[in-house]
Amino acid sequence: MLCYIIKRILLTLPVLFGIATITFILLFLVPGDATLCVVGERVDKETMEIIRKERGLDKPIVERYINYLSRLIHLDLGRSYSTGIQVSKAISQRFPNTLYLTIAAMFVAIIIGIPLGIFSAVMRGRFVDYICMFLAVFGVSTPVFWFGLLLICVFSIYLGWLPASGMGNGDIRHLIMPALTLGLHSVAFIARITRTSMLEVIGENYIRTARAKGVYEYMVILKHAIKNALIPIITLIGLDFGSYLNGSVLTETIFGWPGLGRYAVEGIMKRDIPIVMGTVLFGATVFVLANLVVDILYYLLNPRIRYDKK
Amino acid sequence: MIKRLFSNKMVLFGGSIVLIFVVVAICCPLLSPYDPYQINLCERLQPPSKEHLCGTDNIGRDVLSRIIYGTRVSLAIGVIATLISLIFGLFFGVLGGYFGGYIDKMVLCLIDIMLAFPGLLLAIGIAVAIGPGLLTLFMALSIVGWAGFARMVRGVVIAAKEQAYVEAARAIGVSDMGIITRHILPNCLSMVIVLSTLKIGSFILGEAALSFLGLGAQPPTPTWGSMVSTGFVFLRSAPWISIIPGLTIAVVVIGFNLLGDGLRDIFDPKLRQKID
Repeated sequence: MLCYIIKRILLTLPVLFGIATITFILLFLVPGDATLCVVGERVDKETMEIIRKERGLDKPIVERYINYLSRLIHLDLGRSYSTGIQVSKAISQRFPNTLYLTIAAMFVAIIIGIPLGIFSAVMRGRFVDYICMFLAVFGVSTPVFWFGLLLICVFSIYLGWLPASGMGNGDIRHLIMPALTLGLHSVAFIARITRTSMLEVIGENYIRTARAKGVYEYMVILKHAIKNALIPIITLIGLDFGSYLNGSVLTETIFGWPGLGRYAVEGIMKRDIPIVMGTVLFGATVFVLANLVVDILYYLLNPRIRYDKK
Repeated sequence: MIKRLFSNKMVLFGGSIVLIFVVVAICCPLLSPYDPYQINLCERLQPPSKEHLCGTDNIGRDVLSRIIYGTRVSLAIGVIATLISLIFGLFFGVLGGYFGGYIDKMVLCLIDIMLAFPGLLLAIGIAVAIGPGLLTLFMALSIVGWAGFARMVRGVVIAAKEQAYVEAARAIGVSDMGIITRHILPNCLSMVIVLSTLKIGSFILGEAALSFLGLGAQPPTPTWGSMVSTGFVFLRSAPWISIIPGLTIAVVVIGFNLLGDGLRDIFDPKLRQKID
């Protein structure tokens, strides 16, 4: 087991290295002189030179790349052009807010998506099944930002039930709409996966045996089918973590949520390259590490995989 | 095959939606009631009415006309970005899958790295690095999308190259290029059609998201995402500016997703699980 975990961790390293390299290439691609992003157009040549030296922009590309990697190893993502604050420090302050929202969105996705998928599978081929699956397709196809606006329109503007923006002081009412918006795609995704997984399990011999023994249908579903259908679903929920990071950029912008996504958008608005690249790099790293954890958990939870590896 | 296509409800429904939008994109000048760029400050923020079926925006432009012209931009970006992704995906997928060994390992590593980035975050990074614009949208979405194609193609190629007819072709001296083009690529066709249809929908969503963030086509070009973004400020007084373009995005993406799902069921029911 330890061997598998070590191997899996070692396989992650080249991916992390690749992510860092691609982010560096993107930084290098920024058109024009990066110094201009710091000081603006109206600056004399001497000041430009000083800033270029300070930031190491006058050095050859290979040296800059090595410096960049060594800074990354020390978790230094550079300083914001606009505020001068360390990007890593700002990320560490905002990431807990995104994580809080992500966990809430995952919760929403699970409590809506799994029952929807199970219900759809049990009612396969009936009108209810088509409605559930159409809702799932609608969820996958709806732009996150538009769904958020729709919720604001209905629940904040017309009904006045929920606050439209901000985190409040941990007030749960502030969390409801952002969590629903961020969880939307996952609700649809989980419902579809659950349906597929349930249909597979329902066709198994042990389910037929349970039915033949006269077990009530609801017991067959709750006791025998769901338990076995849930293993791949749990894994896929974990692997879907990336969609939350994607969604957080848009959701946090709409609801004024002070998290990582909104920080990235602030960086976009100010053309603050270190903020944008820092959040991209951090997001990708979190995604890779989340996948690593899910993989290891899957290995630990699913005995079949363990036996296969042996 | 045509009979199966027409008997599948998802293909029919999704295909009809897609067809309607394709016709709208082609016939924009004929269908558009007003000039989408025409500013008319006297008629700003007008609610939907007989004159303006979807209302007007903050500078008096007809929302329906802008949605109609936006169809052209969104579909073009969806289709072109998919084609570019497909070309790169086919190239790397075939390269890794067919030749195997170190080439495959390198291709696989590259695919893993690209898939490790959350798509929208990477697209944002690319768009900020290059600067906003239509070309940026094509590049950002294609760079994000090719790895998905490559992974699927690689899998199909690995399975196909072990087949007896490939062995037979090799035995009679057909070149690698001949085997790839005549025997291996046709195997990828059904998977490519299904994945491309689904990708167009997801690229339209990606384009809308980037345009919403101001990283897509720049004003005054009408795009659905930027229309939703413009209307965000006027959500209280004029919700139609955001709501109607957003609904249009959802409908067209539903069309592509249903069409893709239907085609997947027809071409290969087993493929459904692989793509899921």
